[in-house]
Amino acid sequence: MVNTEFLISLVPLFPLLGFLIVALNVRRLSHGVTAFIACGAILLSFITSVVLFTKLLSAPEAERSITVTLYQWFAAGSFSANISFLLDPLSSLFLLIITGVGFLIHVYSIGYMHDDKGFNRFFSYLNLFVFFMLLLVMGSNYLLMFVGWEGVGLCSYLLIGFWFKNQNYNDAANKAFIMNRVGDLGLLIGIVLIAWKFGSISYPDVFANALQNSEALKSHGILITWITMLLFVGAMGKSAQIPLYTWLPDAMAGPTPVSALIHAATMVTAGIYMIARNNVLYAMAPATLTVVMIVGLATAIFAATIALKQNDIKKVLAYSTVSQLGLMFLALGLGAFTAGIFHMATHAFFKALLFLGAGSVIHALGNEQDIRNMGGLKKYLPVTYMTFLIGVLAISGIPPFAGFFSKDEILANAFAQNKIVWVLAVGASLLTAFYMFRLFFLTFFGKERASHEKMHHIHESPKSILIPLIVLAILSLAGGFMGVPEVLHGSHWLSHYLAPVFASSTQFLAHHDHLSHATEYALMGGIVGATIILIIFAYSRYAKNNHVPATDETTTGLQRVLMNKYYIDELYNAIIVKPLYHISAVFEAFIERLGIDKLVNASGSFVVWGSRTARLLQNGSIGYYIFIMVIGIVLILVANNLK
Amino acid sequence: MQHYLISLLIFTPLVAACICLFLPKKFEKAFRAVALIVNVQQILWLLPMLVGFRASGMFQFVERSNWITLNLGSWGVLKAEYLVGVDGMSLPLVALSVFVLLIATISSWSIQKNVKGYFVLLLILNAAVIGSFVALDFLLFYLFFEFMLLPMFFLIAIWGGPRREYASIKFLLYTLLGSILILVVMIGLYTSVSDPVASQGGLLVHSFNLLHMMEPMNFISNTILDPNNPWQIGWFNARYWAFLLLFIGFAIKLPMVPLHTWLPDAHVEAPTPVSVILAAILLKIGGYGLLRIAYPIFPEAAMHFGMFVGIMGVLSIIYGALNAMASKDLKRLIAYSSVSHMGFVLLGAASVTEEGIAGAVYQMVSHGIISAMLFLIAGVLYDRTHDRIIDHYSGLSSKMQNFTALVLVGFFASMGLPGFSGFIAEVMVFLGSFRSNATNGVLHESLAVIATSGLILSAAYYLWTLQRMFFGPFHLKANIESDAIVDLTSREYVMLVPLAIAALCFGIFPQPMLDMIDPFAKYLTALVIDHGKAITLNP
Repeated sequence: MVNTEFLISLVPLFPLLGFLIVALNVRRLSHGVTAFIACGAILLSFITSVVLFTKLLSAPEAERSITVTLYQWFAAGSFSANISFLLDPLSSLFLLIITGVGFLIHVYSIGYMHDDKGFNRFFSYLNLFVFFMLLLVMGSNYLLMFVGWEGVGLCSYLLIGFWFKNQNYNDAANKAFIMNRVGDLGLLIGIVLIAWKFGSISYPDVFANALQNSEALKSHGILITWITMLLFVGAMGKSAQIPLYTWLPDAMAGPTPVSALIHAATMVTAGIYMIARNNVLYAMAPATLTVVMIVGLATAIFAATIALKQNDIKKVLAYSTVSQLGLMFLALGLGAFTAGIFHMATHAFFKALLFLGAGSVIHALGNEQDIRNMGGLKKYLPVTYMTFLIGVLAISGIPPFAGFFSKDEILANAFAQNKIVWVLAVGASLLTAFYMFRLFFLTFFGKERASHEKMHHIHESPKSILIPLIVLAILSLAGGFMGVPEVLHGSHWLSHYLAPVFASSTQFLAHHDHLSHATEYALMGGIVGATIILIIFAYSRYAKNNHVPATDETTTGLQRVLMNKYYIDELYNAIIVKPLYHISAVFEAFIERLGIDKLVNASGSFVVWGSRTARLLQNGSIGYYIFIMVIGIVLILVANNLK
Repeated sequence: MQHYLISLLIFTPLVAACICLFLPKKFEKAFRAVALIVNVQQILWLLPMLVGFRASGMFQFVERSNWITLNLGSWGVLKAEYLVGVDGMSLPLVALSVFVLLIATISSWSIQKNVKGYFVLLLILNAAVIGSFVALDFLLFYLFFEFMLLPMFFLIAIWGGPRREYASIKFLLYTLLGSILILVVMIGLYTSVSDPVASQGGLLVHSFNLLHMMEPMNFISNTILDPNNPWQIGWFNARYWAFLLLFIGFAIKLPMVPLHTWLPDAHVEAPTPVSVILAAILLKIGGYGLLRIAYPIFPEAAMHFGMFVGIMGVLSIIYGALNAMASKDLKRLIAYSSVSHMGFVLLGAASVTEEGIAGAVYQMVSHGIISAMLFLIAGVLYDRTHDRIIDHYSGLSSKMQNFTALVLVGFFASMGLPGFSGFIAEVMVFLGSFRSNATNGVLHESLAVIATSGLILSAAYYLWTLQRMFFGPFHLKANIESDAIVDLTSREYVMLVPLAIAALCFGIFPQPMLDMIDPFAKYLTALVIDHGKAITLNP
């Protein structure tokens, strides 16, 4: 039997090696070899993760947390950080999703990027991304998590701007990186605060310390609130929450597999992971939890309304991701950590599926992304159509698809705690169903609106694209069964599995009475019913009656505001980006050049002028010297006599 | 041999410079070869030092011999020693210098004008740089410190760009001003400090020994800088003034805003290898001087002005970054980013915590590596086109793939991305400046928070530069030959790749170097805090 600790360190090692091999031979390797190395690396990681997962399951519950220390990273003064990995139920779940979904998307990319000149470069970035993402969830201390955190940001930057000849894409990449950096700094300050106040940055130490001093921490709530709020700022950036969400829709400039892997399934859920990991700290900071809840809820609704009026297939999905992430934060804010993680997992399946499906459509139509130019694709792309339908049903929360169970759990938690929150969350959920089916019907039903030329070339995608779609469709169909609630005669395997991770935080959370079964049935039935009505409405509007969204110019009023995303980008540009450039220009021109440097040069000129003037005193005329000398003597004598 | 390693490091280049003087001018290859041999030989001498160095706060490989002893009758005896040694701060900096000087020599291959003079000056500069990092006698330090100016002045004034005269004179006058301030303090210290060993038996021996100056007991009572009875001059007492003079003297070198304006001009005009040396090594002497001289000799002043030093550090970080963002010239941008990054050295030092000081030293080494890389990058472009204006380029990555890859590494390393050396340094500086308030009350936590915004700005200006110069469709300004845009030559790989690897290595495996630095940081922190308190309590 191979040593478990060795296996743990292998998981991130494979993608790192894959990256190094491909990156160092980027111009030498053939596409086939690159694909083999890159996909193979992730597959090996996935297999290792599965082995580790089964080992964890077979271990007694108390031993389901294994730390492996590779070496001491750096230590100075009272501070020390190790390169060490933590495997526990939470990180192992993330490992499975990252490497599993990651592998499928790697395979998909072989077909999708087939003709791209940057094929090798693309796969090297993807492998590097997986490495950093694994580091993020496996690191056993905050700083290592931060390394992964910034590392995935770097890969995201490189991949958004992958087609670097297009300056709009580069704008999107810059925006993503800088906006994330704003969040990252919040996170970094939070980490420094933890290091200072807890004297350690390793999770077990910090949590043990926090539990020990829980009374003191709670009575002086300000410290723990600061720490958790700062960490949450990091989460806002990475997981695209208000106010740091505008980068994510723009990030769709990257190739579609990137959108699926990074900007839907894995990287953007880093914030969810981070809060779940720190559940002990958050449970002690009720004020922060409330903020998390409000931000999550607001983002869920806000993004959903924008998605109603977007006409770019990927933009709709992007806003839907922002909205769904909001729901996850809502769950975390309610203290329902398991529900948040559950939704993260199912969302990874169906949103990856939807993005890859969208990619398949875009691929088939020769890079057309506007749903107003699609329609009637059902019969041309049968596999894409079926799998996309499953994804849409899953995100809309139709039983028995995966999204139903996870979303229902969040809504049930909301209902138990606060009816207003519940109403708003249901609203966001219904909006989701509507705009997703709008997208679906406009793409696959109704008249064929694509140009003749495009319809002539249309073809179903190759196997490497379809197989990942089918696998993800199966997961979107069956993924929900890991958390079937009691009321539906399930045992909720996931909550038992994750229980050790969240065990110590339950004591700090307010307890709410379980809903009666009757209430739960009523809620489920009501929401599903309303969802189905909205779907039928969307069907009659977009599929049957062939309603096509108006062109950009003719859209007016509120619709125009929605289409323009509430003008938030314009607002940020006007109040942050432009002023920053102006300030730097003003500093350079006035303070630097006209201020400091003028002063410096002036002091030089003053010396030159002074000596030039003083030189006039020595004019070489003896008479003048004697005259001055006499005046001098007289002045001395007068001065002496005055004494 | 083991006992003379430091002297060998200093004097080999000087001897080589003398040999070069006797070689005829036309042997251009010979001068290059001599310089290269010297650099390689220095590395060979450095290795046993790195291996033999024992982590502790003590000076090692110390060499000591009498240099000047002058009996001045009633004024006592003037005594200056040839005293050199390395500790946990100087050894990493010496190693950095030797490494960067080697790369600078390779980079100097492209120098065509007056090769003989160039390499002679480079060798003299080499000796002076190493000497300043190892001298433990103030007079000796000052000698080496001044010795650096002249070769540097000529290297910019003769081999520089179009505005070289303006830039070189500005550089000379600015640094000369700093030197004079340091000189004043040195004379004051000389009159106030006695050698405790040699002074026995009624004889008063004045000493330039820096270690003697760090011990408050060695100050002669009723002298100008005597901690027990310092003279009051205006707002402050003489010791505070002395600290401020030293601080300004070294801050000019660092450079600190607003005393930094010589740097962008000098960098823009200097040839690539000189820029590399200037950024990677010469700036470090400012930080080194602060931590070697100003802090331990005037600890109570260091604590008193800590907040001021910290604020100046943060100001440099932000102001440098804003100016970098507005720069149109690539080299100017990198120069301002240097100002910004050296601000972290000030902030770390100001915190007077072990983490902060270790971070400051680490930042000096890390910035040495990364800025050398960045200036070489600017040089690669300048060599091809003689144009450094950012807007004159677009989409270079289409033509120069490998160069762009290394530019990405350099820029992200400079941004402080985790995995690179800068990240380690910045984290430690943040930690130190955060903890400072609780441990010694010097800095306020908000300084650390404001400093972090420098990291956002650095991401902004680097990414913007990448976007404008390297991404987008390939396009050049009309008067640039597009044939000139070719990927890296093997000589350029030899320079850039080791620096990239070094930046990564010190980010992933920082502990070996930290093991050297940390005992020094611990020693200096304890010394500054203990002596600082003792002097303040004992007016």
